[in-house]
Amino acid sequence: MSNENLVSRRGFFMKMGILFNGLVAAALTVPIVGYLLSSLTRGRANGYLSWVPVGSVSEFPEGETRLATFRNPYVTPTDGKTVDTACWVRRVAGEEFQVFAVNCAHLGCPVRWFPQSGLFMCPCHGGAYYRDGSRASGPPERGLFEYPYKVKDGVVTIQAGELPTPGSPTAYLLGKKPPCAGGNDLVSIQGSLRASSETNPSLGKKKSWS
Amino acid sequence: MVLIDRIGQWFDRRLQLAAPIREAAEHPVPRNTASWFYVFGSAALTVFMLQLVTGILLALIYVPSASEAWNSLQALNHDVTLGWFIRALHGWGSNFMVAIVLIHMVQVFLFGAYKFPRELTWIIGVFLLLMTLGMAFSGQVLRFDQDAYWGLGIGASIASRVPIVGPIIVKLMLGGPIIAGATLSRFFALHVFVIPGMLIGFVCLHLLMVLKLGINEWPMPGRLVKRATYTSEYHELTKRNGAPFVPYAVWKDLFFAAFILIAVAACALYFGPFGPTGRPDPTIIQTVPKPDYFFLWLYGLLSYLPPAMETPALLIGPVVVIAFLVLLPFLSGEGEKSWRRRPIAVMTVLLVAIVLGTLTHLAGYTPWSPHMNAWSGDPVPDKSLHGSTALQRQGALVFQAKQCRNCHSLGENGGQRGPALDSVAVRLTQDQLIRQVIQGGGNMPAYGKNLSPAETTALVAFLETLHPAGQAPARDASRDVVLSDAQEKHPGTQP
Repeated sequence: MSNENLVSRRGFFMKMGILFNGLVAAALTVPIVGYLLSSLTRGRANGYLSWVPVGSVSEFPEGETRLATFRNPYVTPTDGKTVDTACWVRRVAGEEFQVFAVNCAHLGCPVRWFPQSGLFMCPCHGGAYYRDGSRASGPPERGLFEYPYKVKDGVVTIQAGELPTPGSPTAYLLGKKPPCAGGNDLVSIQGSLRASSETNPSLGKKKSWS
Repeated sequence: MVLIDRIGQWFDRRLQLAAPIREAAEHPVPRNTASWFYVFGSAALTVFMLQLVTGILLALIYVPSASEAWNSLQALNHDVTLGWFIRALHGWGSNFMVAIVLIHMVQVFLFGAYKFPRELTWIIGVFLLLMTLGMAFSGQVLRFDQDAYWGLGIGASIASRVPIVGPIIVKLMLGGPIIAGATLSRFFALHVFVIPGMLIGFVCLHLLMVLKLGINEWPMPGRLVKRATYTSEYHELTKRNGAPFVPYAVWKDLFFAAFILIAVAACALYFGPFGPTGRPDPTIIQTVPKPDYFFLWLYGLLSYLPPAMETPALLIGPVVVIAFLVLLPFLSGEGEKSWRRRPIAVMTVLLVAIVLGTLTHLAGYTPWSPHMNAWSGDPVPDKSLHGSTALQRQGALVFQAKQCRNCHSLGENGGQRGPALDSVAVRLTQDQLIRQVIQGGGNMPAYGKNLSPAETTALVAFLETLHPAGQAPARDASRDVVLSDAQEKHPGTQP
């Protein structure tokens, strides 16, 4: 009888030991998962997006498209040059702008602007876009990603901070919807619609993945 | 000698490993498996060892930081004694490893080795292939240059297309909102700790199962695998016609392993290390990113898929392929092993090889990409300049200046995105040329807004000269009739 008691007592302790380890493991899982998901949770509050300047209005001649660079608003100490980002700024007229991501809407390669033919061309899979960012030909399913912009005190600022990818919610935001309520933003949307319909009505539609 | 024996005995008394090792080494294998067809598994293991050693050597110098990685690679290439050679060994080792793993897989597939009872060995092999490809991609990222940077962007663009969770996957993959320091650090962790750790574990399991279940016998046409009888038949075979693995079969493995190592070293010596290409600076957009050799087929595929097919193909394709590979031993776990009686298996391998080979070949010269500098760099063919009118010459200028050349070749020079235009005047009449230039279509942008009427006239006059010597340009017959009619009526209408 004592033997049986002994065995069950040991068995009980073993089970308790396993349970104890399970509890500790579960407790440790919370911070580990929290750490692993930090790149998601950090950006959740107001997103990674914020307004950054790309240059003063006078740097962009009317009717032309120029390459501008901006520093990504979210920086960590080991980022090096990778936080410096390029974008194409098109000054339509006056304070009416279009700011395009350099990333092709197909798979993200950097598109180049050819003022002579008025086309953006992608070196990777041959996507091409008209001067207003709408799709001209090739594999992209939509026009270039467009950053929301504001002009304040003669400085062009854009809302940036995330890599524009075809499926991201910001890509939807950047390509189609009015980004934020605000006079300038509305102008930018109207401007882009007008420009795209004047270039090519059938291809001016911007599609989004989401 | 006696001393060495005694030291050996001292250790083995404590480790007790000599007997199991000897047993494993001398386990009987069917005689006909001592074949040059059976050396690819051990060759893959050998190259994997080479990768472990050279990887550790590189980690002595390499700095996994987005701001320093490129500089540390330059130091390896130019400052550290023989750093370039270790980098080259690791880079070429990676190419060889992917190739050998694929060849090993084809051999195993064609020899029916995935059938009962070796299903799990095959499935683990499928995971080993995926991990090898994972190592190849993450390794390309660690070579943190322009190709790596934009390659990550392509990876993120593909991942972002997963419905609903796409953006979450992108942020987890990049470690933040953009490709930056955290991205490189996590690919370093994957490439150096996570995937190699899993690889070592899975390789051990894979090998253990080869030992436990025995090497696949040479397939004989007509000798069918049956679950009920296979194991006893195999034991009978090894008993009747077997030989100890060491030394009977192992010498071929040893020779081939050494040969592969020599080949890797020779490539490393002759071709040198891969890159790094330009600095990973996203503000430098004058770059033509290209994936490493083993992902070139994917690069080609992504250019040729119709846009609407792309996302489904990218997201569903890999799932289907992996599911098929994993389920293969359950779909045909019994029956014929010999490739001589499995025509569909042979055709499948050939088809896949031809498709991958063709796409890789095409990606070597990317006919789908515009040549970004053709408009300013490629010369106008001589024959277009001799005896041409001022208008036609003006058109040739427009043709260059408006970047038509980036997509259309003349005399073999220029982009291949659109059709070559050496004989375009034979195919299209003047009206059709004007329409095509102004409205585009058929994957060509519309140039209506970017050409003045004068430029269009000149361009079309130039294009009309583009026909072979003996062939007349296309003419619209009805137009001739209309013109001659007008000429006939014209004098009559005049008073």
